[in-house]
Amino acid sequence: MSIQVHNISKSYNKISAIDSISFEVKEGELFGLIGPDGAGKTTIFRILTTLLLANEGSATVAGFDVVLDYKAIRNSVGYMPGKFSLYQDLTVEENLNFFATIFGTTIEENYNLIKDIYIQIEPFKTRRAGALSGGMKQKLALCCALIHKPTVLFLDEPTTGVDPVSRKEFWIMLKRLQEKGITILVSTPYMDEAALCDRIALIQKGSILKIDKPATIIKDYKKIIYDIKAKNTHQLIQDLKNYPSQYSVFAFGEYIHYIDENDNFNPMDLQNYLEQQQHTEIEIRVSNPTIEDVFMDL
Amino acid sequence: MLKNKIVSLARNDKMNKEKIIEVQNLTKQFGSFTAVNSISFDVYKGEIFGFLGANGAGKTTAMKMLIGISKPTSGEALVAGFDVKTNTEMVKRSIGYMSQKFSMYDDLTIKENITFFGGIYGLSKARIKEKTAQLVAELGLEDAIDKLVGSLPLGWKQKLSFSVALLHEPKIVFLDEPTGGVDPITRRQFWEMIYAEANKGTTIFVTTHYMDEAEYCDRVSIMVEGVIEALDTPKNLKAKYNVASMNDVFLKLARNVE
Amino acid sequence: MFILFGMPIAQIMLFGFAITNEINNVNIAILDKSQDSETHKVIDKISASNYFKINKAITNENQIESVFKKGKVKAVLVFEKDFIKNMQTQKQAKIQVITDATDPNVANTITNYVNAILLNYTQEINKNNTSSHQIQTQTQLYYNPELKSVFTFVPGVMTIILMLVSAMMTSISITREKELGTMEVLLVSPIKPFQVIIGKVFPYIFLSIINAAIILLLGFFVFKMPVEGNLFLLAFETVLFITTALSLGILISTVSNSQQTAMMLSLMGLMLPVIILSGFIFPISSMPLPLQIMSNIIPAKWFIIIIKAILLKGATLNVIWKETLILVGMTVFFIAISIKKYKIRLE
Repeated sequence: MSIQVHNISKSYNKISAIDSISFEVKEGELFGLIGPDGAGKTTIFRILTTLLLANEGSATVAGFDVVLDYKAIRNSVGYMPGKFSLYQDLTVEENLNFFATIFGTTIEENYNLIKDIYIQIEPFKTRRAGALSGGMKQKLALCCALIHKPTVLFLDEPTTGVDPVSRKEFWIMLKRLQEKGITILVSTPYMDEAALCDRIALIQKGSILKIDKPATIIKDYKKIIYDIKAKNTHQLIQDLKNYPSQYSVFAFGEYIHYIDENDNFNPMDLQNYLEQQQHTEIEIRVSNPTIEDVFMDL
Repeated sequence: MLKNKIVSLARNDKMNKEKIIEVQNLTKQFGSFTAVNSISFDVYKGEIFGFLGANGAGKTTAMKMLIGISKPTSGEALVAGFDVKTNTEMVKRSIGYMSQKFSMYDDLTIKENITFFGGIYGLSKARIKEKTAQLVAELGLEDAIDKLVGSLPLGWKQKLSFSVALLHEPKIVFLDEPTGGVDPITRRQFWEMIYAEANKGTTIFVTTHYMDEAEYCDRVSIMVEGVIEALDTPKNLKAKYNVASMNDVFLKLARNVE
Repeated sequence: MFILFGMPIAQIMLFGFAITNEINNVNIAILDKSQDSETHKVIDKISASNYFKINKAITNENQIESVFKKGKVKAVLVFEKDFIKNMQTQKQAKIQVITDATDPNVANTITNYVNAILLNYTQEINKNNTSSHQIQTQTQLYYNPELKSVFTFVPGVMTIILMLVSAMMTSISITREKELGTMEVLLVSPIKPFQVIIGKVFPYIFLSIINAAIILLLGFFVFKMPVEGNLFLLAFETVLFITTALSLGILISTVSNSQQTAMMLSLMGLMLPVIILSGFIFPISSMPLPLQIMSNIIPAKWFIIIIKAILLKGATLNVIWKETLILVGMTVFFIAISIKKYKIRLE
């Protein structure tokens, strides 16, 4: 087991941030902590990277205890905190050199590990890190976290605030890193990224709601979700909410995800109702649930 | 219910009538680097307008010019009828602004925040009182009104922020990535607030990185390298690029820029 | 809160008690060539006053130089031979008042006070006598014959500037890492606290040396400051003091949570105490005892002694070794405490 967390709790000023969290991450696994802001993801990361002490519980990383053997952990893990935290006044190259040096290695030694990523920012290697765009900063931060060939990689919301293209590229890079045997614990508020992990833990308000493979989580979700569309989206939402047997009505981009209370729900009934409400261009079909759907129903 | 229906139908008609933002060849240069390169577009009253683009594409720079805090290098822009170059004060008074970074003062209570911002926007005491009651009722904050904003969860803060940006009933409100990091349910509740506001005739100018939110907009523009590469309804854009979602449209168009 | 209200109050109190142009308890030495009953009476009167404290009795003129260099006394009174005989036969006798004029204000004041005491003395004698006696004083100014205040000024200003600027520069260095977030990443790495601290001090040493060099050069060329002592010693002591100031700044940095706090502490917290208690403007010996004791913990005080000794009196290491050792000790102390206080976790 690469990471083991056992009943970890942490409060700040009597306000509980996380409560009795337990989970395990296997070696070489890409494990996602999925949840919105305030769920406790960063607190968990800081405890595992030995930056904070938990009030209760225990945890080990790569076999080392986070309290007793914190130095060993600090020597061997890669960490990318939530905010961009590299030296803004140093260039790309200088930042990389710095982190290689403090870990007692050189850029050349582990270059093959970061090559795929570094190539994208190499043209800007003499540019100050502060002058890079958000996506490039994340790539640089990732390189700096990898340069010493860590066994475990901690990435705290690496794609937050970054546009979809950069996000997609970032996850491709993560998958390739996983192939090289690095254990990766990553947190994200983006539910669509959850599907890319081997296993995920859904977190909300300091507690874990569910841990499993994404596919299994979806498979285990028993309720039927309908994609519904009509010309007047806003009105559609209102009318669906007013439908007597509705369980949940949420906008999901183009479509509205609708779940009914009744197991023997007949979509035709809904169609008739909508037509009565003067809707046009009505579309109703069964949808494939996503992690987001499951999360919202927990 | 019927009234809502009439109003929303009316909103569909109202669009395409009055222009609330008019941009012509708007440009911003920093030295030799052109961040915004001669963009032109219009936004109509009551529209929900999505302003998208990759990091570094020039979105933020363009938005700063429209809200009057950055001076254009060249080109024209009228916001709520006022020229952003010569009349920034009136622009600022006619708009609402909300961003993820700035919302409210964490060490003041909800009530104190509303009173404070109400004062800044020039509302009378009576009006502030009225608005506070209205806001609290709408958001269901009766129990929390004397709580410090810093103790609220992010989602509540965002919703509150949005409402406060609208205290002075501006014609148009600018939202800068308002739902970043917020949980999925609150996100949707937020958008329902946006819809409700748009229904009243307020124009919404929003940027976001959530592509599903792009679908909620009436029209969407995508900036790439300082230029507007696409501007249309989500439906038309998906048809044009032959893809199923706005996410795919974005992936096709937006490239990372340095 | 403390910084906003506490510090100004503390400093006003400091100011009030410390600022004085009077002198009290100034150490002086006596060279009594006569050693007769008259000289003893004069000496008694002088020592009875609160202004002077007779610290040492020297036996010949060769000792004057060394006693000044060591900084133990600020003035030497030399009673001529046959003092009592001259008083009785010629109705006047001479006393040489030799002052350490590196601090011209104090030197002047000393001279005036000595004259006043002597005048008082002769007035008392003359009361009981028919003829008037006189004690003539001859003043001599060592090290600064023209009483140039700039000679005390330049070393003093240099000390203050080096102290403040060096401390200020480093005081924000660690707190800045905390604020920017790079501290998080540094903590999760093999790098040790002492490496971070040394790493932070080092570059500023070079910057401060440039500062010091500029001030000294200006002193030489514009104000014609003498440099009696050894240049290498001067350089060594300057670098030492700079390191002391930098490490104080680092200490402030490790205990502050925000750059603002660090700046306030280093600027406001240090500035007035350093200026007042270092003896740069107001003589320490004139201050109430508690303040005198406090002044011993101000590194600037020791450096001012050192640098005045080197520049103006040509002192060598064997004269100022005590002060040098104190600075070394302070530096080691500050760095050690910084390493101890360095937070290895975020909370």
